[in-house]
Amino acid sequence: MIRAPRKTALWYAAMIHRISGVALALFLPLHFLVLGLAIEGEAALDGFLIWAELPIVKIAEFGLVFLLAVHLFGGLRVMALEFLPWSPRQKTYAAAAVGASFMAGVGFLLSAAS
Amino acid sequence: MIGPRLWLLQRATALVMAPFVLVHLGLIIVAVQGGLDAGEILARTQGSWGWALFYVAFVLAVAIHAAIGLRVVIAETLRPRRWVLDLTAWVILVVLAVLGLRAVYAVVA
Amino acid sequence: MNGKLEIKIWRGRASDGAFSAYEVPEQAHQTVLDVVTYVQRRVDATLAYRFACRVGMCGSCAMTVNGVPRWTCRTDVKTVAHKGRLVIEPLRNLPVVKDLVTDMAPFFDKWQAAEGRLHPTADRGTEVATIDPATPDRKAADAGVECINCAVCYSACDVVTWNPDYLGPAALNRAWTLQNDERDGGKAERLRAVTRDGGCQSCHSHQSCTEHCPVGLSPTASIAGLKRMAARAAFGRGPR
Repeated sequence: MIRAPRKTALWYAAMIHRISGVALALFLPLHFLVLGLAIEGEAALDGFLIWAELPIVKIAEFGLVFLLAVHLFGGLRVMALEFLPWSPRQKTYAAAAVGASFMAGVGFLLSAAS
Repeated sequence: MIGPRLWLLQRATALVMAPFVLVHLGLIIVAVQGGLDAGEILARTQGSWGWALFYVAFVLAVAIHAAIGLRVVIAETLRPRRWVLDLTAWVILVVLAVLGLRAVYAVVA
Repeated sequence: MNGKLEIKIWRGRASDGAFSAYEVPEQAHQTVLDVVTYVQRRVDATLAYRFACRVGMCGSCAMTVNGVPRWTCRTDVKTVAHKGRLVIEPLRNLPVVKDLVTDMAPFFDKWQAAEGRLHPTADRGTEVATIDPATPDRKAADAGVECINCAVCYSACDVVTWNPDYLGPAALNRAWTLQNDERDGGKAERLRAVTRDGGCQSCHSHQSCTEHCPVGLSPTASIAGLKRMAARAAFGRGPR
């Protein structure tokens, strides 16, 4: 991928949006397959969820929550840019999106630790 | 590679999913308290028409959204021929929709 | 600093060219265009490059300097040289004719493909139009109208690199100014032109164009305006 000459905050925001989207799209089939285990009964799903207790899995789950939140808030930023009257504060919105996503991730970790 | 209709459909599914994702994120944060337990998850969703409708709509919207999104990324990075691009997008749509609806059935039935 | 700049300049075509190294005396005040001119006049007369006004009005001298597209006549060497070193290449995203000269035809072809020209509705007999500069439409047009087609934005744009059909920031920016021009009679046709494959909907709002425009325009804002027009048209409220 040939890259932009001077990478700005908004270029990074666009890349984060793209990478998070691709990562989520790759994760989804796995997510659906795990949930599908419930067809075989509660025990089958529980058998998998035991792995979810591992710290490394919790960190991965934090990553997923962050990716989902960053894709959502970043996407709302893009749609605001496209559909609302133009605002010069684009970088502020990008930063706010990342900040809100990080807080969502932290909320998850605090919840998972309790 | 992306016409105005697909572009608009991408935005429309995004808007539809925004509240869904917020609910889903909230649900994750609630469900993960005290550890993930299949019984607890299924007790919430089994037999519930509300959750069934919610997740069916969510799955269909995300299948469309992800297929269009991946179509753009593939078009710009790999630059395949048009028919390869279209076929890939349809395959992604069908795979996500089928696996997703199956998962909804699994937790709701 | 030994008073000499180490310059690398791209020579030849894109497919079979290479960098050549030159030494240029350093001066207290010196633009990158001065450097290129020195090489062509004193070192190697076969170097091909473009310039015209030398004073930041025409956009002809646009080149890639240390990876960034800019007007070389308005770039002071001291602001871009790392330890007296400069790498000078032709503009990205355009075919290279020779050395620092690019073929601007694709850029202008896309300008035309975006219907970047007025479709007049008046003739000789009509009164001269009184355009109120304070209307929202005129303000939107005026915000983008100073473009001098230098192709810096086109070179900065990643989507132009990734998508050969993409019309590019300059062409779309011009289309937007015309969509806001009350004298223009081709708005419906132009909207179709800018929403085809490679149209405004291909923009990912990186804003590299806005970041690099030497005139301070924001093609991203113009393209967002075209997207809004396209969305309204999809619901039956398009331009007549």
